[in-house]
Amino acid sequence: MADGTIGLWTVPLAVFGGAIRVSTPFLFVSLGECITERSGRINLGLEGTLVMGAMSAYGISYLTGSPWLGVLAAGVTGALLGALHAGICSLPRVNDVAVGIALMLFGTGLAFYLGKPLIEPTAARLPAIDFGWWSDIAQVRAALQINALFLIGVVLAPILYWAFKTTRWGLLIRTAGESSDAAKAMGYSVLGIRLRATMVGGFLAGIGGSFLSLFYPGSWNEGLSSGQGITAVALVIFARWDPMLCLWASLAFGGAAALGPALQSVGVTSGYHLFNAAPYILTLAIMIITCSPKRTLTGAPAELSITR
Amino acid sequence: MTSEVADPVEASEIAPAADPGFLQRHGGTIEYILIPGAALVGALGVFGVFVALFGKNPLDLYFYMYQGAYGTWFSWQNTLTRAAPLILTALCTALPAQLGMVIIGGEGALLVGALSATAVALSMQWAPPLAVQLGMAAAGMIGGGLWIMLAGALRQYRGVNETISSLLLVYIALAILNHLVEGVMRDPSSLNKPSTRSIGAANMLGSIPGTDVHWGLVYGILAATASYILIYHTTFGFAARVAGGNIRAAKIVGLAVGKLILTICFLAGAAAGLAGMVEVAAVQGQTNANLAAGYGFTGILVAFLARQNPLAVIPVAILLGGISASGGLLQRRLGLPDASVQVLQGIIFVFVLASDALYGRIGFLKARS
Repeated sequence: MADGTIGLWTVPLAVFGGAIRVSTPFLFVSLGECITERSGRINLGLEGTLVMGAMSAYGISYLTGSPWLGVLAAGVTGALLGALHAGICSLPRVNDVAVGIALMLFGTGLAFYLGKPLIEPTAARLPAIDFGWWSDIAQVRAALQINALFLIGVVLAPILYWAFKTTRWGLLIRTAGESSDAAKAMGYSVLGIRLRATMVGGFLAGIGGSFLSLFYPGSWNEGLSSGQGITAVALVIFARWDPMLCLWASLAFGGAAALGPALQSVGVTSGYHLFNAAPYILTLAIMIITCSPKRTLTGAPAELSITR
Repeated sequence: MTSEVADPVEASEIAPAADPGFLQRHGGTIEYILIPGAALVGALGVFGVFVALFGKNPLDLYFYMYQGAYGTWFSWQNTLTRAAPLILTALCTALPAQLGMVIIGGEGALLVGALSATAVALSMQWAPPLAVQLGMAAAGMIGGGLWIMLAGALRQYRGVNETISSLLLVYIALAILNHLVEGVMRDPSSLNKPSTRSIGAANMLGSIPGTDVHWGLVYGILAATASYILIYHTTFGFAARVAGGNIRAAKIVGLAVGKLILTICFLAGAAAGLAGMVEVAAVQGQTNANLAAGYGFTGILVAFLARQNPLAVIPVAILLGGISASGGLLQRRLGLPDASVQVLQGIIFVFVLASDALYGRIGFLKARS
């Protein structure tokens, strides 16, 4: 990779490019989880949804030759897993955190089971939009190979922000999250709202997974996601359930996650595994700094079991 | 999938109609056996349908699962060998659950425990085997204990959610393990699979006489029994259960909740760390990435299926150890992928949680009033 023409600038450039590339799954999962948590439920199973999304996107793209159909399939798979989560949580006395853990194990297991025959073949990948045409430097061009899904995610964040603030649907989701009694009194089914919010959340998380298998790293294997889904769930907490903050946090995370590979590309290989753990350490550090035992977090939906 | 109908035939097997009031008087206990049992049967049924979709005969599936888990003395030994770490990692979830905490980071504590135990063993090569083993056990327990205590401390002093932090700590533990195993602790002669040096054949834990099952199983049973006594028969355990039931009440009556959280989390992590020590000292003989075999994650399922009861963890671990032991046979005879065990575990977990809705709702077990 390093041809020496731009020397150590390779590292910040690779981190910048990585931030854009690696952040996309974080962005989709966190936006999806943001919707689900705003409705008063937490879905820890998005780690499983992410892996299932990656697997089904790869499979459908391989079978049909169309990566965008794969993206759609990943979204639908995610929505189905979301419906399963919401369905079980609708039963009395069932704990949503525990159901999330169960679906995390179930989703990854199912993806590995169904995805066994997909490790060998190569599926059609999502195309990249070349924003680096103006530059002669290979690294700049590589860093600016941006995928359409990233742009969709970037646009989605302000739309969600606006939707939560001003639309009827946004208000309903927030009402269900702040006080289920109020939503009931208005004549709405809280379980129904949460079902839809969890399904939309699963849909977005599935799409995040499709990015993993169809763009970056761009293949299907069992080590594809290690904890990116759960990191994104944690990210929602310190993004204070605000879609715009989810966007900035995802970019910061992408940058942190790109640090290891970027350093490796200039020949710094010691501590490779530790740099790979940077997103997890960063998440933990930010949670330690921003949480407080004395008060509930500002912006936390009151019905959310995890903050009570 | 959403509702699980209890099987009346099974009920009569468990509780023969000794007297008319028997079912009502022991309704609670019967429920704790009947409902998870029914959830298990339901999950096996769904898994049977699942493999049938792939053109396999479900009856073959059940037969080979039984064969691989409990069919022969050989498979029993395999099952018990796998049950040993599961008992210990399940305690890592079951003990904090008494305080109402959901810790899912047993895998991380297992890895840290394994790493600490290996480090001690490698630096104590001059000592007699018994001393090495004791040192390893102590190091594994302290390492794993501190690891989960960190999650507990973050919850107590910073309000960080322990479920998420303990899971993040798993990935951090794995990174530390890979870093050390490929760095300073690497045995230069391990080329393809980076590993530490071997702890030495003399220092390995042996087998229970007459079997091929290692002593880790005894460690597990002792730890589970001790946990049960601690939780249900000591003042400390009573205080923990009070705090788990109502944290405000516990604070009002003056219980030191912080101390309870830290102690319980340390013990929980120590159990998982001991599992790591056992895997090194009785199975692997060294530390490498093989240790991240998922025992920590299956342990979460064991704890939930046992309804967080430390004593019930033992039979449930043997049950799930059996399922994972039968994986190899399913792969060879039915051509199922190795992930099928994980799928089945996931289905069981989902069914067990959904069955929580059934408690107190089974007609013939309700007290007549």
